[in-house]
Amino acid sequence: MTKDKKQKNRHVYWNPYFGGFLFGILILFTFFLTGRGLGASGAMKSSVVSMVESISPEHAENNAYYSKFIDKDESPMNTWLVFETLGLLIGAFISGGLSGRISWRVQHSPKITSKRRLIFALGGGVLFGLGAQIARGCTSGAALSGMAVLSTGGFITMLAIFGSAYAFAYFFRKNWI
Amino acid sequence: MGPLIPNGIIPIEWDSIIAILIGIVFGFVLEASGFSSSRKLAGVFYGYDFAVLKVFFTAALVAVIGIYYMDYLGYLDVTQLYVHPTYLWGAIIGGIIMGAGFVAGGFCPGTSLCAVAIGKIDAFVYVGGILIGVFIFSELFPLLEPIYNGYYYGNITLQDSFGVNPYWFVFIFSIIAIVAFVISDMVRKKQKKVFY
Repeated sequence: MTKDKKQKNRHVYWNPYFGGFLFGILILFTFFLTGRGLGASGAMKSSVVSMVESISPEHAENNAYYSKFIDKDESPMNTWLVFETLGLLIGAFISGGLSGRISWRVQHSPKITSKRRLIFALGGGVLFGLGAQIARGCTSGAALSGMAVLSTGGFITMLAIFGSAYAFAYFFRKNWI
Repeated sequence: MGPLIPNGIIPIEWDSIIAILIGIVFGFVLEASGFSSSRKLAGVFYGYDFAVLKVFFTAALVAVIGIYYMDYLGYLDVTQLYVHPTYLWGAIIGGIIMGAGFVAGGFCPGTSLCAVAIGKIDAFVYVGGILIGVFIFSELFPLLEPIYNGYYYGNITLQDSFGVNPYWFVFIFSIIAIVAFVISDMVRKKQKKVFY
């Protein structure tokens, strides 16, 4: 690239309104077919339940939270959200593959090291996992699917997530800008 | 008529297959909109990229208008749809913790899985973090149960909370979203560009 050429972002993504429109149609379609919305953290909960159950079945059964999702006849992985999440991985892989975005890398701002990025990613994940259980859903399951049916809890969760992220943004600014 | 599977119009055996197909479209749309990039996602909190705001609110609006329009036309019974329950303090405290995690890690669960699918190592670490977070919650469940199960208001909608016709909420919500889109474009023009 020559220097006088205007710097551009390397990746070209869909127009956000186009992506949002298709996403909205998908949520509508999901409600029309199944009567429920989308989700993402549910499958991760199922994974944790099934891991704990396979390592220590007694512990899982004695814990009031895991035992809610354990059924003697069925694996905790046999849920709608787990299948949907498998699809999500496939769909993202297809999209990334078509646009040549698949590669092993740690994405981070040039101002920080990979190590710092990974530490913050881990900490952020722990917080999100914890919060998503307390609120019974994440940005997809609680906020977005909740808002689609005008759920009061969905709107509260959405406001809390974005409000808190803006409030904490100052402390994490070095990681991003 | 709708929802189709609960009303037996599509047999329940198709449920898991439909789940995978819906998931594929979900993942494709998220990835193609740039949600596999934590730096693009975090832009919404620093004013250099508002893709999250635009995609998220457009999707919510299209879905809510579509659902109520299909209900009006009689294709979908909105009272049969699953309404996310309201546990007031769970929603607030959980949301605050999630917000901190969002801006620290740059992903939410769905977007981190998209990034995992295209090989972002930071997203693998993030998903690992989510699993640890779920584990911590489960182990501390007796301690957290009062928030988790308390302050329960049922599967209420804004209509129940405020006693106003739902169409007003859809209308007000649309206006708010359009104003937010216009303001976000004005803010972005003032911010220093960030390349990623």
